[in-house]
Amino acid sequence: MGALLDVKGLTVEFATRRGTVQAVKRVDLEVARGETVGIVGESGSGKSVTSYAVMRILDRAGRIADGSVAFSGLDLRAADERGMSDLRGREISMIFQNPRMALNPIRKVGRQIEDVLRRHAIAGSMDARARTIAMLEQVRIANPEERYHAYPFELSGGMCQRIVIALALACRPQLLIADEPTTGLDVTTQKAVMDLVTELTRARGMATILITHDLGLAATYCDRVVVMRQGEVVETAPAAQVFAAPQDPYTRRLMRATPRPGATLRGLLPEGTPAPPAMRAPVAGAGAPLLRVEGLVKEYPRQGTSRTWRQILGGGAPADAAPFRAVDGLSFEIRRGESLGLVGESGCGKSTTSMMVMRLTDPTAGRIVLGEDDIGAIPARRFAASPHRRRIQMVFQDPTDSLNPRFTALRAIADPLMRMGGLKGRDAIRARCEALAELVGLPLDLLDRFPHQLSGGQKARVGIARAIALEPELVILDEPTAALDVSVQAVVLNLLEDLKSKLGMSYLFVSHDLHVVRLLCDRVIVMRQGRIVEAGSAEAVLEAPQAAYTRELIAAIPHPPAGGKAVRASESVADARDPSAG
Amino acid sequence: MSEIPTALPSLAEPAPPAPARPATGFAAGLGHARHVAASNPITGLAFAMFAAIVLAALLGPVITPYDPLASDTAAALQAPSRAHWFGTDQVGRDIFSRVLVATRLDFIIAVSSVALVFVLGGFAGICAGFYGGWTDRIVSRISDTIMAFPLFVLAMGIVAALGNTVTNIVLATAIVNFPLYQRIARAEANVRREAGFVQAARLTGNSEMRILLAQILPNIMPIMMVQMSLTMGYAILNAAGLSFIGLGVKPPTPEWGIMVAEGAGFIISGEWWIALFPGLALMLAVFCFNLLGDGLRDVIDPQRRT
Repeated sequence: MGALLDVKGLTVEFATRRGTVQAVKRVDLEVARGETVGIVGESGSGKSVTSYAVMRILDRAGRIADGSVAFSGLDLRAADERGMSDLRGREISMIFQNPRMALNPIRKVGRQIEDVLRRHAIAGSMDARARTIAMLEQVRIANPEERYHAYPFELSGGMCQRIVIALALACRPQLLIADEPTTGLDVTTQKAVMDLVTELTRARGMATILITHDLGLAATYCDRVVVMRQGEVVETAPAAQVFAAPQDPYTRRLMRATPRPGATLRGLLPEGTPAPPAMRAPVAGAGAPLLRVEGLVKEYPRQGTSRTWRQILGGGAPADAAPFRAVDGLSFEIRRGESLGLVGESGCGKSTTSMMVMRLTDPTAGRIVLGEDDIGAIPARRFAASPHRRRIQMVFQDPTDSLNPRFTALRAIADPLMRMGGLKGRDAIRARCEALAELVGLPLDLLDRFPHQLSGGQKARVGIARAIALEPELVILDEPTAALDVSVQAVVLNLLEDLKSKLGMSYLFVSHDLHVVRLLCDRVIVMRQGRIVEAGSAEAVLEAPQAAYTRELIAAIPHPPAGGKAVRASESVADARDPSAG
Repeated sequence: MSEIPTALPSLAEPAPPAPARPATGFAAGLGHARHVAASNPITGLAFAMFAAIVLAALLGPVITPYDPLASDTAAALQAPSRAHWFGTDQVGRDIFSRVLVATRLDFIIAVSSVALVFVLGGFAGICAGFYGGWTDRIVSRISDTIMAFPLFVLAMGIVAALGNTVTNIVLATAIVNFPLYQRIARAEANVRREAGFVQAARLTGNSEMRILLAQILPNIMPIMMVQMSLTMGYAILNAAGLSFIGLGVKPPTPEWGIMVAEGAGFIISGEWWIALFPGLALMLAVFCFNLLGDGLRDVIDPQRRT
């Protein structure tokens, strides 16, 4: 018996302005019935393109140049468009990264599932609805009869992804391709979604291809893992083995760079990286409180008719008009030279908190004291002109979005110097920018490039250089590595740690990833629904969490089976060799 | 101390391929333009036509074979010939000379009205999109009010009320185009209001007005340029239309709209050339600006290319 999906020597080419580019090079891939195969790789590794080629949904510039794709004996490369269209959804279906984009925003979710069932003649007009509700039940949507009538915008991200899964599985396909199905979802939601996919596919004996950048996720949920790099398969092995004893040097590097229990910040870097001398610049008044936040509250009015209209109509405030409290009485302190981690899932109020501390939003109540000055009392709209502005800076989550697409890297870094640094003259500014670029490890010849000509890691460095240009006392890091590949993340995290000890700054690190926070932070605050659930030293919170919610968070992080021990063993070797680690 | 950053490994991911030289400056822009012209020859044609129109506007009065105002009743209503390429009108004026000279006037009306509406509509729109609230409400309602009238009728009314001058044609054309610019600028500014780079600019001490002008404006400039090119055709048509019905430019000034109007009466008696050639010039100009707009859009946004 042959494999369900048999890909041999697949090569995909894209026609671009600079000639043809091979995105996928001679890839072999086999998926047996009932097997779950993970395709792991960083951005640009060709992992998504491979699956698009299998589904024959490459965009117009791309074409399959060579190789064969056979699906249960059927040659997909030779199949005509009509045949493929019948196959898609019924035999092979796909889950995309962003569930909201994958659903039609103006059609009821129940209808969308019905559409698929009818398209493939699985259900007629009589039983479509009943089958749809049964599908919704299977993906564990509460009140399926009611949710049938919901529009995508009425559902949370996790619920939307469940609907997409219901869509994908509605016609009982033999193969499911999940392309980063949980990126952008919270860890607890990720766990719920992945458990659901695993359970449903196992119960139906389906084969699954899980495409992800997260080695931990792949190792936890897959039988076999295929590691790709720049369009080529570098390693194929059973999941447990990939984690325990990675064969290829690239896989090893990827493994090392993945933040996990027991890892150290230096340990994330490739083997053989010279460890920088462990040194801590004496921080002026280290340990003295730098930022004090007391009883911080942020309220948003509930959505609906605006207050003005209510006043005009004379209806008065409706009964449920109690404002929504995004941040509810938060108090914490950051000492000089310290890193504080702020952890929580989306909607917990961590971003609102960072925006208030950053003085981009005004708090409803509470005090924000930086050093001796109550900066919370200065309105956010006037804070740009305040002398305190330069003392507190930020590194943004998305390095692409936070750089003006029409400014060069130099212009971006120079902006704070010109506005607040009082630096005059083209040469003086350029010299200072070059010094900053050197500090963050950005090659000087990249300074004249525009953001779209830089890679993700380089853009992150520009953002960091801009934030530290005025030597602020406090830097807020808002998920600074969330949009980066793990190997780049490892480098950037190390850079941040080096800069901190060198310049004596304090960090407020906002993140959803407990493992990343543990690497960089001394203390951690876990937030939920605008309140602090748990606070303590990073080690204590991660190793021995007190609150039930923290335990739930930690449990939801994918834990690779078996292999863990071996990893830790090899890690301790690395630690012994690297005295400055930690 | 500076060995710390260099001790870190260089980034594992390759940088996107960048041109050997940074893509700034005139040469890079020219290279880009050549690429676009090569991949879409129609855009190249539009640019060539645009150059011809500009040249005619600049040199028109110098290169005409006859005085566009000189009448010669002996040579009235002559069909196109070697001496008079486009023929002559009822008082013997050379139509080719008149069409050529009219280019300047029509071009000036179009350019100045588009420039005016670009500044007014663009600025009002950016403010509306960036500040929101009452600014947005007031500016947007003004646009809605303008849109509530049939645009050409509104333009007629403005010129009729303010007086029959070139300035008023420019003003009327600008006013009827205001909502187009205001809405585009508003939408573009609105999506960028909370963008990361705007937040970052606030952190680096930029005032709100500076963010508006230095950070947001350059980002919405390209789409505004496309809009300018597209409305330029409409502005020419509008000006010619007003003159055609007797508002705006007065005879005997050579202007395409009036010339078509003057020639219209002679078509029935077989003198088709009087109306045809100015009409043709008008059509080609509008056609050129529309093609140019499409071409510019391709240059700016390759993904939307059809």
